[in-house]
Amino acid sequence: MKLNERSVAHYATCDSPADHAGFLRKRVERHHHHAHHLGTSYQRRWFVLKGNLLFYFEERESREPVGLVVLEGCTVELCEAAEEFAFAIRFDDAGARAYVLVADGQAAMEAWVKALSRASFDYMRLVVRELEKQLEEACKSLAACRKSPRRSSSSGRKRHLSNPALLPLQEKPTTLENGYSTWGSGGCVASGATCSDYDGGQVKPPPLPPRRRSAAGNATGSPVPGLSPAMLESPVSPETICFSKLHNWYGQEIAVLRREWQERQKRGHP
Amino acid sequence: AVLKKRLVKLVVNFLFYFRTDEAEPIGALLLEHCRITKEEENVFSISFIEEPERKYCFECATEEQCQEWVEALKRASYEFLRRSLIFYRNEIQKMTGKDPLEQYGISEEARFQLGAPRQ
Repeated sequence: MKLNERSVAHYATCDSPADHAGFLRKRVERHHHHAHHLGTSYQRRWFVLKGNLLFYFEERESREPVGLVVLEGCTVELCEAAEEFAFAIRFDDAGARAYVLVADGQAAMEAWVKALSRASFDYMRLVVRELEKQLEEACKSLAACRKSPRRSSSSGRKRHLSNPALLPLQEKPTTLENGYSTWGSGGCVASGATCSDYDGGQVKPPPLPPRRRSAAGNATGSPVPGLSPAMLESPVSPETICFSKLHNWYGQEIAVLRREWQERQKRGHP
Repeated sequence: AVLKKRLVKLVVNFLFYFRTDEAEPIGALLLEHCRITKEEENVFSISFIEEPERKYCFECATEEQCQEWVEALKRASYEFLRRSLIFYRNEIQKMTGKDPLEQYGISEEARFQLGAPRQ
C-alpha cells in the first residue's frame, strides 16, 4: 500500500514540537517460525509522538523514521513482561501486532502511558466537540442574561451590559498551510431566548473512547508493500501498520462510537 | 495526466483510496502539513508543505461534492483539531472564567497551551 512517505517523514522530523519524545526499548517481534527459543530481545530507539502518530528512529539524529505506529483503535497498558517499566500498545484488531516498549524508569513509563492514552484523533475530536457545545451554551447564556431587564440596584451602580466576550468570535487562529478555520457556530448571537440549562462548569466530560470490541473475522495482517526500505526495520519482518486493517475496521467503529455518544447525550448522560 | 476512478475514504487524518471493486486500499495520504486547494470546477487538489508544486488532484462528480470534500479535508488534520481545542478553551475561559480542560485532567499538558508554538 502506498503512503506519502516523504511527507510523513517530513512531518516526523520537522521542527513542529513533539507531544512527547524519548528513548524506549522496543521488543523485537519475530515471525512465529523464527521465534523458536531465540528469546526476547529489545532495540533501543528514539521515539517521537506527534498527534496520533508515534514515530521511531534508529538514532535521535536520524533524518528519517524507521517506523510509525498510528494510535487509533488501541489501548495502552502496563504489561507483565520480564522487563521492569514495560508497557504495551495493543490493537483491538486481533490480527494487528502489539508493541511492547520499555522505559528507563517509573516516571518515564507513566509519562509515556499517559501521553499515548490520550493521543488518538478520536479522543481529541470528542473533547473538541464537547468544548464547541460548551462555548455555544456559554454564548447563549451570556446573551440571554444580557437581554434580561435591568434589576433595580441599591447601589445605583451602572450595569455594564457590554461585555467584550460577547463580541462576535472573529478571532481566528492564524491560517496555516492546512488550517482553514471556520468556526461553525459563527459567533454569539443575542437570541433573546431564556437562559439555557448550562450551569457553569457542571457539564461532564465526554467519556474516553471505550475499550473496543474485537473486530470479527479479519485475516492476519499482511506486510504492507510500497514502503521504502528505509522505513523497514528488516526486510524479513517489516514493522509496519496494516493500514488496510486500520481502515476496514476503524471506518465502521467511528460511526458506531459517534452514534453511541450522541445517544448518550440525548439521554442526558454526557 | 490520467485520472483514475477511485473510492476515497477519509478516516481520522488519513485519506485512503481504493480501486472501486476492492476491499483493501491501494494507498493513503497522511493529511498533516498539507494544503487543500479548490481548483477548476469539480476539482480540488492536495499538496504538501515540503513539495508544494506536487499536487494530488481529485475530480468529483459535482461541484457540491467538491466543496464538501474541500471543507472536510481542511478540517481533517490533527493539528487543526488541536488549534480548535486551544481556541475553544480560550474563548470559554474568557467568557466563564473557568478552564474547561480541568475536568478532563489535561489542562496542564503542553500541547494545549495557548502560547505553544505550533505548525
